[in-house]
Amino acid sequence: MINHDLPIMEDDLHAYVDGELPAGRRAAVEAWLAAHADDAARVGAWRAQAEMIRNRYGGTVLEPVPSKLDAARLRRIERRWFRPALVAVVAAFALGGLSGWFGHDVLEGESRYANTATADAIDAYKLYVVEVRHPVEVPGAEEPHLVQWLSKRLGYGVRAPDLGPIGLKLVGGRLLPGPGGPAAFLMYEGPSGDRYTVYCARSNSPETALRYRAVDQVAAYYWIDDSRVYVVSGPADRDRLLRVARSAYDQLEAGDQKNRG
Amino acid sequence: MGAREFEKGLEAAIPALRRYARALTRDPEAADDLVQDTLVRALRSEHLFHGGDMRSWLYTILTNLNRNRLRSLSRRPTMAPLDDADAPDAAGPEAGGRDIERALALLVEDQRAALLLVVLEGLSYREVAQVQGVPIGTVMSRLARARAQMKSYLDGDRPKLRRVK
Repeated sequence: MINHDLPIMEDDLHAYVDGELPAGRRAAVEAWLAAHADDAARVGAWRAQAEMIRNRYGGTVLEPVPSKLDAARLRRIERRWFRPALVAVVAAFALGGLSGWFGHDVLEGESRYANTATADAIDAYKLYVVEVRHPVEVPGAEEPHLVQWLSKRLGYGVRAPDLGPIGLKLVGGRLLPGPGGPAAFLMYEGPSGDRYTVYCARSNSPETALRYRAVDQVAAYYWIDDSRVYVVSGPADRDRLLRVARSAYDQLEAGDQKNRG
Repeated sequence: MGAREFEKGLEAAIPALRRYARALTRDPEAADDLVQDTLVRALRSEHLFHGGDMRSWLYTILTNLNRNRLRSLSRRPTMAPLDDADAPDAAGPEAGGRDIERALALLVEDQRAALLLVVLEGLSYREVAQVQGVPIGTVMSRLARARAQMKSYLDGDRPKLRRVK
């Protein structure tokens, strides 16, 4: 039975296109459209839009799923590792470096904020790593003071990961201007003078797993967790940098977990 | 829900999530990164998922991640567009495909998400309201505005200036 009582509203037209009309309403809407060419034209246009969208993007579901989106693998890895964000690191080791994980060399992507911080961290790396006499502001020998000072300026706890087990000693640290406020910048050095830096700043971007970025001879792994972005920079020897980044990550995340309770 | 069952639920949803993310971002790399971050977030939050519609739950996570991403992009005044993949208009056989991309790019994020969830992902209005965390009436008005803007652009009108809601 055609319901003539309620006038046809805009919502009805949308519902008609989307199959959301209550049963009794359909005939009334069709009668309306038959008598109102303008509305019929709009309904036609909306249908055409929907079809264009489906034609353009519908095929995505037929594509093979890239290996980096394998939920089963993410799950297996997560069972062994405390923090799922470490997935990218382990998968890279276990699977011989899928290009999918490391294809993200570009400044575009899901977080320009994090990429700005990464760019800043790499710039700072290039600027200070060449310094022989003044690479840092406060030396590693004064680590408690260094950490306390940086924590105070950043407004939250800063820790210097112990990279001694992988052969890097803390040269010291300094404060940097960051995209979202001050950043902590720590420098480490190996026995042959190779240097790595750990940069930490506040971030409002969504969390990420480890991501890689390279600019000429300098590379970085960055991640965002718990409102902070971390960037580990060093020479563009990917495997070595990954080891350094993972060591830093383990300690920084473990500490954050403790603080979060 | 058992861990294996949860994981199977995630796997089953991946193709649709990729499709949605592809249309939301119009950038295949960014789209897969968005899905990856969604999966990681979902695995971390497994203990918070108490059954119900996993698909809707995942769409919610992905939609929110994308909103956060775009918000942080727009906070940087020196950054380029509020949106990704600002494809230039082109003539030729690709023109139709590009036009719909450009049309989508011109929408405000919430309107675009609402439209895609309905026409591409086939969610009901009620489900979209849940995903976007708003009343159904708000979904309807987003849908209406999205369709009006798209029609206006595809009819050849100049793109309207977008107000950030």
